[in-house]
Amino acid sequence: MEIPGKTLAAAKKSIIYIILSIWAFTTIFPFVWLIINSLKPSREILSSSFTLPAAPNFDNYINAFNKQNILVAYANSLIISGVTMIMVLLFASLVAYGLTRFEFKGKKIVISLIIGSLMFPAFATIIPVFRMVVQMHLVNKHFGVIIPQVASNLSFAVIVLMGFMRDLPIEVEESAFIDGAGVSKIFFSMILPLSRPALASVAIFVFLWSYNDLFTQMIVLRNRNMFPVCALLNEISSRYGTDFGLMAASVVLVVIPILIVYIFMQKNIIKGLTSGAIKG
Amino acid sequence: MMYKKNSHLIWLLGPALIVMVVFLYYPFVMNIINSLYDVNGLGASREIFIGFENYRKLAADKEMFTSVKNTGIMMVCTVVFQVGIGLALAVCVDAVRRGKEFFKTVFFFPIVISATAIGLLFNLFYAYYGGMFNQILTALNKAPINWKSDSLALLMIILPIVWSYAGFYFVLIFTGISNIPSDIFESALLDGAVGWKKFRYITFPLLKGVIGTCVTLAVTGSLKVFDLAWVIAPRGAPKGSTHFMGTYMYETTFIEENIDYGASIALIIVIIGVVVSQIANRLFRDKEMKNGNSR
Repeated sequence: MEIPGKTLAAAKKSIIYIILSIWAFTTIFPFVWLIINSLKPSREILSSSFTLPAAPNFDNYINAFNKQNILVAYANSLIISGVTMIMVLLFASLVAYGLTRFEFKGKKIVISLIIGSLMFPAFATIIPVFRMVVQMHLVNKHFGVIIPQVASNLSFAVIVLMGFMRDLPIEVEESAFIDGAGVSKIFFSMILPLSRPALASVAIFVFLWSYNDLFTQMIVLRNRNMFPVCALLNEISSRYGTDFGLMAASVVLVVIPILIVYIFMQKNIIKGLTSGAIKG
Repeated sequence: MMYKKNSHLIWLLGPALIVMVVFLYYPFVMNIINSLYDVNGLGASREIFIGFENYRKLAADKEMFTSVKNTGIMMVCTVVFQVGIGLALAVCVDAVRRGKEFFKTVFFFPIVISATAIGLLFNLFYAYYGGMFNQILTALNKAPINWKSDSLALLMIILPIVWSYAGFYFVLIFTGISNIPSDIFESALLDGAVGWKKFRYITFPLLKGVIGTCVTLAVTGSLKVFDLAWVIAPRGAPKGSTHFMGTYMYETTFIEENIDYGASIALIIVIIGVVVSQIANRLFRDKEMKNGNSR
């Protein structure tokens, strides 16, 4: 009657592994399914989406490139998200440095202003922002998307970077100061290089959020030649939503760059997330 | 001595604060003012002061009621399932020895994919003719289902959202578990706390702070739902029944061009966000403070 402890533990272990594998299956399978089906003609997807393609081909991809200016969309995304990322990194690290090193009146107010703005969803500011974008003649311009995105990503970046810079040893800075280095020299030649791990995580997150932010893209950009990847994808779906092959290929094309970034930066991404959310 | 000259603060704080004040705080205040005026068209100026008229209309607006209700359902589902699945997965991964890194990578992966892409992927699953779900049903000799019908559509929007973000909370909670000092578990083991007991009396109470953070993020996250809902069910299809507060605000503002009304919806979103996250904070933070584990 007695079940040996070892067998029980082994049974528990295998149940746990089964649960974990099921969830892992749900996250991997949809994308494998998508890639396999993107190599089939639409007719075949409609009838048998679970089999390997009868004659795998890249027609859907060729079709996607012919119908849409996907390369232009990649370039637009790269410009918008790249510039947003650089501006956020620069501005936020300056603020984080200032707030962790200087004591001044109103410091608490500034910090609570920054934390408080985390509560503003894009909906609550977009109408007046759009009006300003119109007045500054930035509709259909990259910069019209960049500025609102910089504004809405700054507080997250400042909070993560403050948590990191607070722990940097101040003695190094002091000895550099005694050797005659000014505040700006210390910032650019010591603080920034030392903060590289935190800067890397912030950079990845800001880039991803900006790349994936359909809302701002939809509102500011009305001209298809200015569309970044997500806005283009949204448009493809409303025009050719019934062409399953084209849809599958287009989604793969949007996901691939992100997938590559994720595979290479995966450790940074996860570490950055946890340090930000747990410390902040 | 080196950080005494406060004039440096101008170039350190200036750029970011200017951007935030001009593109975040000023628009936020303007949005509140807009909601009190009659504004016709995106570029139009404020014309007639109408006071709280918009808020009175909102209280009686059936579509607003639907969007608030749907957002509420979304909140409950994200807290229960996203955070719940995240917690379950974290406890499981913590219990195994091999493959931790693999599971972390794979579980987190959907979060980096844009909601637009995930929405389109699920559209391929949901399609009536030849969608993946109906192909499975046909193979099982069952009649195909209209996955985006009145009764199912809302669920079909919530499903991909829960699925794609569970990994996010998994990573947060898993890190929380890893941060618990191992001597606590060792002395618990001596006291005979294993399995469910260990989770109930040791792990879970120590994770309260992290779970509180997760709940707050899940709740405020559900208020921001837009992209995915818009791709799967544009304009709250069918017949506005799947509107969330964000999509309803977008439709009123940018399709119907009822600017002041949209502005008032946006303010309600902020107010609900502040109130609900305060409640979540109270629920999860209080006890932690009493234990002296305050952050």
